[in-house]
Amino acid sequence: MAEIIVENLSHVYSAGTPFEKAAIQGIDLTIPQGQFVGLLGHTGSGKSTFIQHLNALLTPSSGRVLVDGEDINQDKKTRYRVKQKVGLVFQYPEYQLFEETVFADIAFGPKNMGLSAEEIEERVREAAGFVGVDESLFQASPLELSGGQKRRIAIAGVIAMRPGVLILDEPTAGLDPRGCRQIMDNICRYQKETGATVIVVSHNMDDAARLAERIIVFDHGGIAMDGTPEEVFSRPRELIDIGLAVPQSTAIAMALREKGIDLKGAVYTHEQLLDAILRAKGVDAC
Amino acid sequence: MLKDITLGQFFPGDSIVHKLDPRTKLILVIVYIIALFQAKGWISYALVVLVTVLCLALSHIRFKTIFKGLKPMLFIIVLTAALNIFYTAGTPVLPGWIITWEGIDRAAKMILRIVLLITGTFLLTYTTSPMALTDGLELLLDPLKKVKLPVHEMTMMMSMALRFIPTLIEETDKIMSAQKARGADFENGSLIQRAKALLPILVPLFVSAFRRADELAVAMESRCYHGGEGRTRMKQLKMAGRDAIALVLGLLFLAGMILCKRLGL
Ligand SMILES: Nc1ncnc2c1ncn2[C@@H]1O[C@H](COP(=O)(O)OP(=O)(O)OP(=O)(O)O)[C@@H](O)[C@H]1O
Ligand SMILES: [Mg+2]
Repeated sequence: MAEIIVENLSHVYSAGTPFEKAAIQGIDLTIPQGQFVGLLGHTGSGKSTFIQHLNALLTPSSGRVLVDGEDINQDKKTRYRVKQKVGLVFQYPEYQLFEETVFADIAFGPKNMGLSAEEIEERVREAAGFVGVDESLFQASPLELSGGQKRRIAIAGVIAMRPGVLILDEPTAGLDPRGCRQIMDNICRYQKETGATVIVVSHNMDDAARLAERIIVFDHGGIAMDGTPEEVFSRPRELIDIGLAVPQSTAIAMALREKGIDLKGAVYTHEQLLDAILRAKGVDAC
Repeated sequence: MLKDITLGQFFPGDSIVHKLDPRTKLILVIVYIIALFQAKGWISYALVVLVTVLCLALSHIRFKTIFKGLKPMLFIIVLTAALNIFYTAGTPVLPGWIITWEGIDRAAKMILRIVLLITGTFLLTYTTSPMALTDGLELLLDPLKKVKLPVHEMTMMMSMALRFIPTLIEETDKIMSAQKARGADFENGSLIQRAKALLPILVPLFVSAFRRADELAVAMESRCYHGGEGRTRMKQLKMAGRDAIALVLGLLFLAGMILCKRLGL
């Protein structure tokens, strides 16, 4: 339904001025339909710049982006249309809410798609369901709600367009641990139920390790690592050199290994850690 | 990108012009504008151009930067020039044409005057940080405090406004992208549709501007800000020898221009 191919993508901000800045360089990627991708990278590594190319908000300085085999920058119409196929939730999306009611705000996207009133209503309910916003809130003003609720409504506003690709830029930044977990689980459910591709930019290694099937690590505008969580987190030294953390379990496993306890296999979730420790003990006991 | 607008932007540097006291530069810009309006003939215009180019060279500002700043004014410049070319009586360039030699002469001088005027003010804003500018203004207007004019408050508001222009532009960019991602369309449709399309930008922008203002007020109060009375500065402004020289040169320039006008040059 929606495969993304990125070919040799580069972007330069403020080209030709004293403030020129190459944010990403020579990115090559293929993201197949339905994959759950975690995008990691330190501050300023170009993650936000990269994802804004996937729905043609930014135009590449060089290179191409193909969605379903079609160059999304080929003409104005395609650039506009791709935004319905590829839904992008910005960092701190709660600052984009503007309507008088929660319902109207979630409906903004579907309305722009030119859907009928019934269709819009159905999609708003569905999207609110995905993010866990109760229908009793529909007539409230979005500006009066708590930060976490605002965040959900903003995410629902994008989900209501039923994008085949859902991209979220640090959706859990600034939320309490419970809010983080709920939002990540909501996103996961959207992916499972609709078969959409999901790309999540995150600074939270544990979330990335727990949910993503594939981890892409950005460093200085390029891709430093790309693979399954198992592959990426089995190279914790490199992650730390780039300036990133590793999941808690991986850090504990590393410390134990340094103490001479021989843990087998890649460890990046709590379950794996527990498993590995038990197995190590079992081997010792024999 | 909205960010690329250079109008009123400060380019840090350490040229002699950058080092002048902001008060000196403010006075000089006023002197420059008065002098510019004395120009009538081509010789006096040539003098102003010469002085302007000299100042640009001294401040290490490239012509390219000035041109970029002039771009937004292009429409006004072209319009004034066109009006002058077509609506000045005199000898036609070719028999039967509306365009007259006098019209061309006047249009050329008009363009020159606008460009010089803008360049002069750019020289000030490009070489003086907004902070220094408002500090200088406050000190220059200090005598007006005697007649109960809230000079400090006014300049404080000005410096805050200047400080927040880039922030708000950046914010507008961000909100615009976010709404575009939700399918908002700012480029197509009738005028009314396009005006309506601005709502999703303006509402969040105002909300965040008020939030920011609120936060700023709290932050200032919690650092014991209580108006201008008894407030000292981190950077004391001091006039130096070069300021005296610059002021004398500025006045000489003005005198020269008045002389040119008298002589009809
Ligand atoms: N609008 C812009 N104009 C100029 N430079 C920009 C702009 N946006 C980003 N940059 C620069 O491009 C680089 C990459 O920025 P980007 O926002 O993509 O990083 P990021 O990986 O998303 O960082 P973070 O984790 O902090 O969100 C940074 O060095 C930044 O300064
Ligand atoms: Mg970012």
